[in-house]
Order: sequence, then structure tokens, then C-alpha cells
Amino acid sequence: MGGWGIAVHGGAGVDPNLPKERQEEAKRLLTRCLDIGISALRSNLSAIDVVELVVRQLETDPLFNSGRGSALTENGTVEMEASIMDGPKRRCGAVSGLSTVKNPVSLARLVMDKSPHSYLAFLGAEEFAKKQGVELVDNEYFITEDNVGMLKLAKEANSILFDYRIPTIGTCGAGAAAMDNPLQMNGLPISVYAPETVGCVVVDKEGRCAAATSTGGLMNKMTGRIGDSPLIGSGTYACELCGVSCTGEGEAIIRSTLAREVAAVMEYKGLRLHEAVDFVIKNRLDEGKAGVIAVSKNGEVACGFNTTGMFRGCATEDGFMEVGVW
Amino acid sequence: MGWAIAIHGGAGDIPLSLPPEKRLPREAGLRRCLEVGIAALKARNHPLDVVELVVRELENHPNFNAGKGSVLTTSGTVEMEASIMDGKTMKCGAVSGVSTVVNAISLARLVMEKTPHIYLAFDGAEAFAREQGLETVEMSHFITPENIERLKQAQEADRVQIDYTQPIQKEMPKDAAVADGDSQIGTVGCVAVDNEGNLATATSTGGLVNKMVGRIGDTPVIGAGTYANHLCALSATGRGEAIIRGTVARDVAAVMEFKGISLKEAAAYVIDRVPPGTAGLIAVSSTGEITMPFNTTGMFRACATEDGYSEIAIWDSPSK
Repeated sequence: MGGWGIAVHGGAGVDPNLPKERQEEAKRLLTRCLDIGISALRSNLSAIDVVELVVRQLETDPLFNSGRGSALTENGTVEMEASIMDGPKRRCGAVSGLSTVKNPVSLARLVMDKSPHSYLAFLGAEEFAKKQGVELVDNEYFITEDNVGMLKLAKEANSILFDYRIPTIGTCGAGAAAMDNPLQMNGLPISVYAPETVGCVVVDKEGRCAAATSTGGLMNKMTGRIGDSPLIGSGTYACELCGVSCTGEGEAIIRSTLAREVAAVMEYKGLRLHEAVDFVIKNRLDEGKAGVIAVSKNGEVACGFNTTGMFRGCATEDGFMEVGVW
Repeated sequence: MGWAIAIHGGAGDIPLSLPPEKRLPREAGLRRCLEVGIAALKARNHPLDVVELVVRELENHPNFNAGKGSVLTTSGTVEMEASIMDGKTMKCGAVSGVSTVVNAISLARLVMEKTPHIYLAFDGAEAFAREQGLETVEMSHFITPENIERLKQAQEADRVQIDYTQPIQKEMPKDAAVADGDSQIGTVGCVAVDNEGNLATATSTGGLVNKMVGRIGDTPVIGAGTYANHLCALSATGRGEAIIRGTVARDVAAVMEFKGISLKEAAAYVIDRVPPGTAGLIAVSSTGEITMPFNTTGMFRACATEDGYSEIAIWDSPSK
């Protein structure tokens, strides 16, 4: 019992036709982030500092859907959101509608530490960012060619609702063009709508838990749309018992207040971390598709998902380490 | 079993010495809105329609902190937010940063029913409102003299107030024509259940006096200020930051379910665990129970059940 633990994710819901090299790229990034987190934990950084540090890494890398590499709104722009929560006093901070802040998770932290509020959004959040002197960039910085292509596909998919023969993207060509891909998330083919939100949960040596989640949101979303990632209790939650970060279909996660649910069944039903994660995935999602990573104050880590795959990695002080997609 | 309905006009440090000219209009407002809700339930409207209807009335009433009469941001503007949830389907809708839509709660309902999303905010929410043909007005429509005064006092006191917090070291002359800073207004909300156990909740607010532009509170955060499932429907009010951290609305339902206790006990349990002076809530259960606990000085509230019981109150000890 005890010791530190860390888990990271790069989204639940993976296209089974995802080219092998993309899977390897993802695993390398997750490994790198885990290593950064592990070093920080070994240097006695607190859980809240570690989750911020790791999510910053994930935001900066264009691979997943957060910070640079964020999914695009229907207008082709980027609107990012994030939240962070510190278990011990359940302090929290969240931001939405960011378009120039390089690291949304750090702004969320500043909302928590430096403002009288818990959640700031859009222009107000950007104003706060300016006053705090955080690094700001043009919206173009966050937009990748990959995602511009994805947005086009998403718009096409929206207008041909029941045709699943979307050609797979990437260099893996064998039979891709005509392949049926009936897997859906958010109501549309997974090749286009895989969420790839990022998150990190940590328990440090003192048993303090923390959680952070960051995302560009749903590809082709309406401007102004807010998902689960910045909502405390839905995408992110941390308390004395545990730290939780979720990813998947935002609407399903909100409706089931998924992150809070893990902690609630531990608190009120006395379940242990693994049982709690299994319980919520099995019983709280109905037709919704999502994944969860969690740590407990006892140094345990757990992941659960009802999607086809979740980009994830976890490690504990006793030497256990695992990075996976399926 | 029968239907049941509860409404609130905000919890906070409502002074016991609240003068009649401030108290009576609000009591009258609660009474009228309760009657609107009762009539709708008697006419067998679905609770989702009932809560929306009642909250629209509360938004239109200038003495409550929602719609017209919303408190002001630090820039003197209005940024309203609201959310609505259906217990049986658990479908929900929420909006934030709304400045020209007459009834934010109706916009939240449209987000729930007419978009694939749950939550829209600021420019995106305003654009959607226009697309849907909702009634919009100049922002000045929502601003009242009392709230301009409240903002002034808050800025002088240099702190953010929840609606009912008394101003520190500030003595207003008795004949002052404007609010004496203790803002006897608050978030509004309504919860209802019909005799088939259908549950719904709706909450709407202007937020915190002198809040930072862009600040979002608990009202539109599903699980914090608003929540409904097959067991109960809840609407919370008070200090948004504390309600978010405490996932108040969700916790009551969770405690009921996991500990197998009554609505009343679950609600009291959760309110007890939030810092004193920060929260209140109204709730109904699928079996027609009502509870309205608060750990503040008071909470403007009213409720009624099909068997003829009804109540309008501001103070009294919180239901235990």
C-alpha cells in the first residue's frame, strides 16, 4: 500500500484501422509523458504539479486532441478547454473557449490558484490569461493539416449520415477505401470522430491525488460548444480518495457525471478503485462510449473503457509500467 | 402519490431585518410562480415543461437574480446561465454567457432538444438563439438600478459577493432608494415530479455580483447546480465555487442511492458538508417527497404537493 502512481490517456475510442505507425507514435508519446511524470514524482513534486506538467506535454505535442493538434470547430477554428483538480481540499480550476492560450491546463491551474472563481471561459478567460502573462499564440498554431482534412471528412460524414464507407486516412492502404467501418462514436464513423482528449491522474508519495484533462473537443462542433473535459465531476474529479480523468463521448460523460461517480462509489459503497472503475463503466454509460483513468490514495492505478481501445499508460512506484492502445 | 413541486429564488445571507418593501415583492413572486407551476401540473403537463415554464416566470421577475434583475459582472454587463435536466431520460441542456436572450432556460432546453450537444456558451449560444428564433433584446433590458448599486458597493468593498452577503462596514441610510447591498435576490430554480414519477429540474442565474467577465458558476454545470435521475431532481443555489467543488446536486442523488437513505436525509447530509453559509437546494423525489435545506441565513423558497400542502418561506431552520 502506498507509493506514487500515475496514469495518462490520449483518448478512448480508437479506430481499429488506425495505421500501425500511428499506434506506435502514440505509444511513444505516452511513454515519454509517463517518464516525465515519473521523474517528477521521484523528485518529490506534488501530484497537482505532476498532472499539470504531464498534460502540458500532451498539449504541446500535436498528436492527440488537445492544445496543438486540437480538433476543429465547424468554422475551422480551435476552441480548447481543460480542467484540473487537487484532491486534498478539492480545489479546482477550469477553462473553456480558449483560442490563443498555448497551454490550457496551466490556465485552468491559474484560475484555481489566482482567481476567486473556479471556471472562466471565452473572452473572459483570454483576458485573464493576458493579465497572468501566460504564453499566447495565434489560433493557427494549434491547427494541423491532419485536422483540417478530418474536418472536411466530418462535414461530409454529417451529410451522408448512414454511409459508413469513409476511406481510412493514413498510409495503410490495403482494402481501406472500400472497408466497412461500422464503429461509431458521437453518432458518426470512428475514423472521423475519435475523441483523443488527454488526461493525467497522479497520486504522490504523500497519498495526495490530482487529476487534469484537456481537449480541443468534438471535431466539427458548433462554436461555443462545451464538452465534459472542463466540467468538474464529469471529465475530471479528485478528492481525498482518488483522482479521475475521463474521455469519450462528452454528452454521455456529462449525463453520468462519470468522474465523480468513480469517487462516489468508492466513498458511499466502499468499493476499491478497480471495482469502482469497472462498476461505472459497466453500469453508468448505457449506450454511451467512454474511458476512465484513475488513481487512489493508496497508490493504485486503474483504467477502464467500453470503447474499442483507449490510448493509455500507467506506472506505479513498485516498478509496474504499461502502455497500451487495445 | 401525486405531483410535487418546489421553487427557489436563491439562498444567502438574507437579513432577518429585511424590510417589507424588499420582502413582499419576492414573496409575491414566489407565490405567483408556484401557482403557475401548480396549474401546469394540474393540467398534466410534463415536469420538464413545468420547470421551464416556472423558471421563465422567475427569470422575468426583476427581483430575482436571473433574466431581468440579473446581477452584473465587474464590467457592468450581464452574463446569464441556465441548465435543465430530465430525470427519466437524463437528457440535459445548459448555456452560459448569454446577454441578450430573454429566457436563458428556454435556450438551454433548445440546446438539449435541437443540438447534438449539451452545453453552448457565449457567442455560440447567442448565435444559436438567433437561429432558433428565440426572443432577444438589448442587454439593458436585464439591468436594474438595484443591481447597478449592488455592483458599485461590491466594487467599493472590493470583493465578490454571493447574492445575499451583507456588505462589510457599510451602513446605508434608511431612506436609501436603492438596495442596501445585501442583495436579497439569488439564482432561481424549480424541480417537479408528476404522479407517474417523471422528474425534472431547471436552474437559471445572473451569477455573482462583480464576477469576472467569463466566470461560470455552478448553475450550468450538470451535477453541481442541477441534476436529475430516476430517483430525484435537484436545483442548488449559493456560492457557485463551493457547489462545484462539492458536486452538490449529484451527491444528493448518489447518497440516496448508495446509502439507501431518504431524500431529506441525503440532502441534509450533503448541505452539512458544504462550508456554512454557502449553499441551499430544493429537491423532489420520484415518490413525491420534497426537501429544501440550506446552511445560509435564508433561502427564498416555496413548494406544494397534490394533497393540498403548500409553503412559502425565507428563513426558519433548514429542514433536517
